[in-house]
Amino acid sequence: MKSEYDVIVVGAGPAGSIAARTAAEHGLDVLLIEKRQEIGDPVRCAEGTGKDGLSKFMDLDPKWICAEVNGARIFAPDGSCIELTEKLAGKEVGFVLERKIFDRAVAKTAAKAGAEVQVKTQATSLLKDGKGVVCGIKGKHRGDDFEARAKVVVGADGVESRVGRWAGINTVIKPKDIETCAQFLVTDIDIKADSCDFYLGNERAPGGYVWVFPKGKREANVGLGMLGSRFTGKHPIDYLHEFMAWKFPEGKIIETVVGAVPASGMLKQLSTGGLVLVGDAGRVSDPITGGGIYNGMVSGRIAGNVISDAIEANDVSAKKLQRYDREVREELGKLLDRNYKAKEFIVKADDHLMNSVAKSLRGVDFGEMSVPKLLKEIITRNPGMFVELAGLF
Amino acid sequence: MITVNRYRCGYCGACVSVCPKEALDLVEAYIEVDDRCSNCGICTKVCPMGALELVEDEE
Repeated sequence: MKSEYDVIVVGAGPAGSIAARTAAEHGLDVLLIEKRQEIGDPVRCAEGTGKDGLSKFMDLDPKWICAEVNGARIFAPDGSCIELTEKLAGKEVGFVLERKIFDRAVAKTAAKAGAEVQVKTQATSLLKDGKGVVCGIKGKHRGDDFEARAKVVVGADGVESRVGRWAGINTVIKPKDIETCAQFLVTDIDIKADSCDFYLGNERAPGGYVWVFPKGKREANVGLGMLGSRFTGKHPIDYLHEFMAWKFPEGKIIETVVGAVPASGMLKQLSTGGLVLVGDAGRVSDPITGGGIYNGMVSGRIAGNVISDAIEANDVSAKKLQRYDREVREELGKLLDRNYKAKEFIVKADDHLMNSVAKSLRGVDFGEMSVPKLLKEIITRNPGMFVELAGLF
Repeated sequence: MITVNRYRCGYCGACVSVCPKEALDLVEAYIEVDDRCSNCGICTKVCPMGALELVEDEE
């Protein structure tokens, strides 16, 4: 490790690796650090993502694609089912990834572009110049203290981000804005191997949902997220055990995964002098679905481009880096704002309402798998019931 | 004070993200609690595993 770089990226998830790769492709001297000793492990993700989005960042590789899906089934509390299936046969729209391999593959593309990668290396604080502009990090590399200067630091340190806080950005998530999740990788079970299944209900996952995402013909990520503010004594792991006992009593659990997803919408401030936040650290995950891989990579790419321009102009001031905020807001902000408003409404739905909405959709042919399309249909078929949502979709 | 049951903890960092005092840190595979903790207990409610507990301070 050197004592000086153009850019230091803290965190080697997809958002951090894409930021590092993009900056390196611009010819910058980049250090990408990961506090874990292995990139991609342990997994904290349900691993579902859209095909189109992903191919904008990576050449698709069967090594990290476990399953391709062409539809989704959403089960209301009373068991009635809404099916969203792509009409065109063979048009797979989603993937279930193997994040352990995927994250490593993305980091490798950053390395190939010229970034230096260090694992078991964490940031412990930020260096700041006389004017308070971030100009590097202090950290620990396999237990040894180090300091490294950088023109720009990228905080890609995930849901538990502290880099932003060190720079004076308030990243604290309120319990009502976090989905807290537990998941088992379950093998030897009967599933629909080309469908992502969702189960709703306040008894099953208060303010969230249960998911069954196929990872093979007879294997799936079975997990759930619940809203932090809806805790009444039972944790996600407890709800998950109940769901397993009901749905897959014979399933064999070969992995436990836990994690939390920001459902707050993106931070009002994503950058300051010498620093930008990407991915979950910037809270760019989708408040309704919880999906964050694509959005994270989008923010990472924008960060790499903006940083490159800023460094070339020899100006990494807060004002200059605000362009990052603007571009991310343009690319993702509208959608995240809208979905945050929708989420605030949806999480209040009781089971009775979910059942009646599911009934109202009986026989509807969706023809495509998309959340806006689904919500639009719900609003149309239940006139007057969802005035809060009506303007949004 | 907050205690972490390390055998139950899944080291996901949910607790760190909601801590208003920046008293928690996820270091590789364990959670550290420092003396900035104000015993608010928010972290115990968002833990997916129920690994965190607010216990009375011993005087």
